[in-house]
Amino acid sequence: MARKMECIAMLLAGGQGSRLGILTKNMAKPAVPYGGKYRIIDFPLSNCVNSGIYTVGVLTQYQPLELNDYIGNGQPWDLDRENGGVHILSPYQQIQGTEWYKGTANAIYQNINFIDRYSPEYVVILSGDHIYKMDYSKMLSYHKEKNADCTIASLEVPWEEASRFGLMFVNDDGSISEFEEKPKNPRSNKASMGVYVFTWSKLRKYLIEDEANPASGNDFGHDVIPAMHEAGERLFAYQFDGYWKDVGTIDSLWEANLDLLNPKVDLDLNDDSWKIYSKTPSAPPHYVAPTAKVQNSMIAEGCEIAGDVDFSIMFADVVVEEGASVKDSIIMPGTVIKSGATVQYAIVAEDAVIEKDAVVGERPEAMANLEDWGVAVVGNGVTVAEGVRIAPKAMYDGEEGGAQK
Amino acid sequence: MRGNKVLGMIYASAYDQALPELTNMRTMGSVPFSGRYRLIDFALSNMVNSGISKVGVITKSNYRSLMDHLGTGKPWDLSRKREGMYILPPFNSADNAGGIFANRIDALIGCGTFISHSNKEYVLISDCNTVCNIDFKNLFDEHEKSGADITIAYRHGETPALSNTMSFDIDESGRVKSVSISALGGKTSDYSLNILLLKTSLLERLVLEAASMHHTNFERDIIQSKVGLLKIHGYRVDGFARTLDSLQSYYDINMELLNAENRKELFCRKRPVYTKVRDDIPAIYGLGSNVKNSLIADGCTIEGTVENSILFRGVTVGKDAVVKNSIVMQGSYIGERAQLNSVIMDKITVIKPGQMLCGTDNFPVYVGKGIVV
Repeated sequence: MARKMECIAMLLAGGQGSRLGILTKNMAKPAVPYGGKYRIIDFPLSNCVNSGIYTVGVLTQYQPLELNDYIGNGQPWDLDRENGGVHILSPYQQIQGTEWYKGTANAIYQNINFIDRYSPEYVVILSGDHIYKMDYSKMLSYHKEKNADCTIASLEVPWEEASRFGLMFVNDDGSISEFEEKPKNPRSNKASMGVYVFTWSKLRKYLIEDEANPASGNDFGHDVIPAMHEAGERLFAYQFDGYWKDVGTIDSLWEANLDLLNPKVDLDLNDDSWKIYSKTPSAPPHYVAPTAKVQNSMIAEGCEIAGDVDFSIMFADVVVEEGASVKDSIIMPGTVIKSGATVQYAIVAEDAVIEKDAVVGERPEAMANLEDWGVAVVGNGVTVAEGVRIAPKAMYDGEEGGAQK
Repeated sequence: MRGNKVLGMIYASAYDQALPELTNMRTMGSVPFSGRYRLIDFALSNMVNSGISKVGVITKSNYRSLMDHLGTGKPWDLSRKREGMYILPPFNSADNAGGIFANRIDALIGCGTFISHSNKEYVLISDCNTVCNIDFKNLFDEHEKSGADITIAYRHGETPALSNTMSFDIDESGRVKSVSISALGGKTSDYSLNILLLKTSLLERLVLEAASMHHTNFERDIIQSKVGLLKIHGYRVDGFARTLDSLQSYYDINMELLNAENRKELFCRKRPVYTKVRDDIPAIYGLGSNVKNSLIADGCTIEGTVENSILFRGVTVGKDAVVKNSIVMQGSYIGERAQLNSVIMDKITVIKPGQMLCGTDNFPVYVGKGIVV
């Protein structure tokens, strides 16, 4: 029996993130690189550790290789522990047959044994899809103070975007009176962040009931929480005020990266009291050559910059040759941009090569019809041949589609 | 070579006195170098990349910063149940009151039990003040092939001005014919990089013999005087290998890494140089920043001009500040409109807004750790 823990975290990291297209062809969404040296999953993992939660189950399913390899034994996050630590939890064979994780709630249901080993009072359920810094221990205190059975982190979103979220109606005492899932005409702008604190004994009971219900979709937002609400359990909303971004689409991933260059955005990764940890490659400091011009950008170690870089994020070991230009773009580790090439409003994945005079993406100002404009994406390990043009909004994975001479 | 046949030994404080400014509060091994490293990273990484899995680090004094840097040896994959990294603090023995050893021979005697208990057939001994990326497997192969008793790595070039520096006279087969020892430096010679490979049993015998005769000088009494009796082989190092012998050389060698070829050799991708992880964000360049020919580490925030310089992790360069030909160590702050030329700034120093500091190429100004200018 493992030592008892007051609170453990379960991190749902099995999602494909299909809207990220070729970026998630070979890796689950939480493994997608972000911010020059991080991956999305660094945020919930670092938040856990910074909040004093040192037992984390990571539920993986879709393309887990990259993610498993990245997390390893959890050492970069101080999660290589004698008691607790990080555990990768994949679907497994059972006596009555094998099942994939059918939904978020089913994923936790299948790991009831894992949670029971620590006999926690509380379980924090997180997802690996968001960029934010949050102290879960404060949310846990709130949960205890309200004597709640379930606490849902909520964020006020702009009204015009509210219809994209699961919304909550909150009473003055913080209790939740009603839910609304992605309504056409939102009446509330308090959105669920997908961060939950449950009293484990309660959640355990509802997970078992939910599993027994053949009509259920086994999802937290759709099934388990509404069932708890109907049964009259104590549900509370915990208000969060900081930066939070869902990076589920190419546009939002691009934006969330460039938010790091915007001094007005409230996301400081340089904060010693709340560090975001990651697995760091062994690369020397980056070098900026006499021919380079770098403005308003973020550059990681191992890069060799001899061209123009403006308003862009360069991950480790990126090479920008003399005469190449990178603007408003995200360039992931190991990519080479050859002389004369232009990359603008684009995301270029790892180890790609942009050959001489190729053009990736387009400035919105240069478009006749803004409807056709979008961020261009070049896939992992792909070579964009000399002189080839990759259209805005295109996703180029080395096949003919998207490239034009 | 089978790495697990070889024990690595590193002198963390050899030649501390050559860089008195930088080693005032630290050992040679923990002197910051090239934007994110400490000198010991090179010796340790070379050993690990060559398959050595047990390393003893011999320390003498002021080794707190070294211990902080090394931790359990995790960044070098040397935090292990079997073998790994061992810090060997001064050891108090009967004839060595206070535990502080007086010379290399003394230090090895202090580590005698560690070395003999390691049960390794060979020992590879290295200092920290040579910056290089050497594959010791090749050195080992050459040692075996030549049938040498001792193999010493050497470089052809300007001899460093360090006490007891050995210069070799080497024949075509690579055998060392004679050894001259000098502290003057300057002349071109085949000088020792103080990286030695020999059998453990031989090392133990030589050290005990030297001790019994009250010999105190490793280079003179163990190498030079044995050159006719033992087969000493020279292993020539041709890549980027530089030995620090003064603050000026520290400055020059750092600056040599602004050259792409030198960087490629020292930070060779096949044999990466490992160091302690600090979890900084990538460097941020503000609007109006102007950076040319410089090495910039993670965690820097640059809003001014930086030319021909090396910025360590977490350095801030304020708006309209100008940093030229300088080395700025971890966590330092250059205020707005400040100007620096040919300056070495130690860790967490501050240049207040508008201040100006100027050295010259052949006489860089040094600003000590934590000083506010």
